[in-house]
Amino acid sequence: MISEQAKQRMRELAARYPVARSAVMPALYIAQAEEGYVSRAALEAVAEVLNMTVDDVESVATFYTMYYQRPPGKKVIKVCNSISCYLRGCDALIEQLERRLGIKRGETSPDGRYTLLTAECLASCGTAPVLQVNDEFVENLTPELVDRLVDQWEAEFQSEGRSQSQDRDQVLGQRPSGAGGC
Amino acid sequence: MPELIVTKHIDVPGIDRLDVYRQYGGYEALEKALREYQPEEIVELVKKSGLRGRGGAGFPTGMKWGFLAKNEPRYLCCNCDESEPGTFKDRMLMEKNPHQLVEGVIITSYACRVSTAFIYVRGELAYAARQVQRAVDEAYAAGYIGKNILGSGYSLDVIVHRGAGAYICGEESALMESLEGRRGYPRLKPPFPAAVGLYGGPTVINNCETLSTVPAIVRNGADWYASFGTEKSKGTRIFCLSGHVKKPGNYELPLGTPLRTLIYDEQYGGGILDDKRLKAVIPGGSSTFILGADKIDTPLDFESVAAAGSMLGSGGVIVMHEDTCIVDAVLRMTEFYRDESCGKCTPCREGTYWLVQLLERIEHGHGKLSDIDLLLDICDNISGKSFCPLGDAATSSITSSIKLFREEYEYHVREGCCMVGPKARKPAAAAL
Repeated sequence: MISEQAKQRMRELAARYPVARSAVMPALYIAQAEEGYVSRAALEAVAEVLNMTVDDVESVATFYTMYYQRPPGKKVIKVCNSISCYLRGCDALIEQLERRLGIKRGETSPDGRYTLLTAECLASCGTAPVLQVNDEFVENLTPELVDRLVDQWEAEFQSEGRSQSQDRDQVLGQRPSGAGGC
Repeated sequence: MPELIVTKHIDVPGIDRLDVYRQYGGYEALEKALREYQPEEIVELVKKSGLRGRGGAGFPTGMKWGFLAKNEPRYLCCNCDESEPGTFKDRMLMEKNPHQLVEGVIITSYACRVSTAFIYVRGELAYAARQVQRAVDEAYAAGYIGKNILGSGYSLDVIVHRGAGAYICGEESALMESLEGRRGYPRLKPPFPAAVGLYGGPTVINNCETLSTVPAIVRNGADWYASFGTEKSKGTRIFCLSGHVKKPGNYELPLGTPLRTLIYDEQYGGGILDDKRLKAVIPGGSSTFILGADKIDTPLDFESVAAAGSMLGSGGVIVMHEDTCIVDAVLRMTEFYRDESCGKCTPCREGTYWLVQLLERIEHGHGKLSDIDLLLDICDNISGKSFCPLGDAATSSITSSIKLFREEYEYHVREGCCMVGPKARKPAAAAL
């Protein structure tokens, strides 16, 4: 379900643009932030607010790679594999991440913690190789730094797991954070 | 170190905040523009400065503004959809000095009599988008955007719009489609955006770096700006140096600076990584033709780079040293265009897939000698045969690398492995 507050934000956005339909991309971001991905409910909410058909909204959502078609992991890791990062050895780092996370590129771990993706040039070639975790950059990667990052993520999940078992109400309030919300 | 223009204040702490930006002369150019100039006079000023687009095509900026049809409403789109492989200057400008960009957007909107301007920021650059949005919010609050700006009677609305992952939206007509809430498919041209653009209105589209340069030109004058660079390529630009150099990074230099200075000078690239030999350079992002090491003394201006056989493009200078397998590198670049082809035009959609298949076959030792000419044939069937230049761009690295390094392609076919680099066959151990 998309909340009424979210729909209200979509309506306000639609009013900002010369034509309401122009708000379809930001509206999809808002819906995705609520659901973690572009669900059927998300498509319907955007369609309703912008007076478009659901199919029309879906045709836009499926064109752009940042709208997720299925729930991503809590940490979405995008590793650049374009030419400048390639020249600086990104392929070995991607393989290292695949080993450490136990998933191949393009996959989400069964426990829902990680999604590992390769990305096209992330405009960070001067600090290559580079990755993004939930849209935030980590630059000048080395094998050591990648190991430290994975250790840090694991520690975060472990402490989260402990606090979750202490407070079950909190669990109900949580949702995937890999939505790239705006 | 030569005088800097667009990156002059980039490292000033807090320059991303309005108060600090103002301490360094921020928004004085806007005040000057509104008080002392009619819109058309600013168009003339920028024409006279010789500023050319920094996005890729290098079209004269003032002339582009002058082409706008007279009907209203008119729109401005600032193209911050930076995604050309090897380019990372706009991200820096947005993250570190967003007010400079916003001031450029406002002045340009005034010059072109635009009432609504859009800043289209690439989706992946979330922090850059937040920085630009905050600068726009601060500018609204200070009265630099909104109704009756600084009492001039001129009003403007600025909307920051985030993309969502599509290289094609950096192409101007696809960007407009995207802004209108559609899939980012390029439009057939003509009509050009200056006549029929966003929402059917006359539209001016400029790159982030181009508009970030405008305040300095208004503040210091056209002659001052034109005193930098060469006769036909005026001013400075940011070169994004990446790949096999010791000190990759963004370096602002006057146009016409030799490629050798950028790569080898201690102030800039500092030489080739591990002191290896230079093999090739891509001078303007992965969409431009590869240059061999013999072109190292080419002055980096539009005309000289064209004469050397490539383009200045987006300013993304990608350096490759002697251990780079050219077939593997070209394969990597071609995969990018396959993945980013929007799928609208058949030659580009199907052709880029075919190119990748052939390159993979050659790279992995299953190719035939005839595949090399087949690559060139497919390139010929893509180039110039689609709505937008993405397909053309996909062919640049292939045609230029076959011209320069054909023996490496042939070696792959004959020997089944790379001629150079980590995957090359090592000399037999028996030789020891």
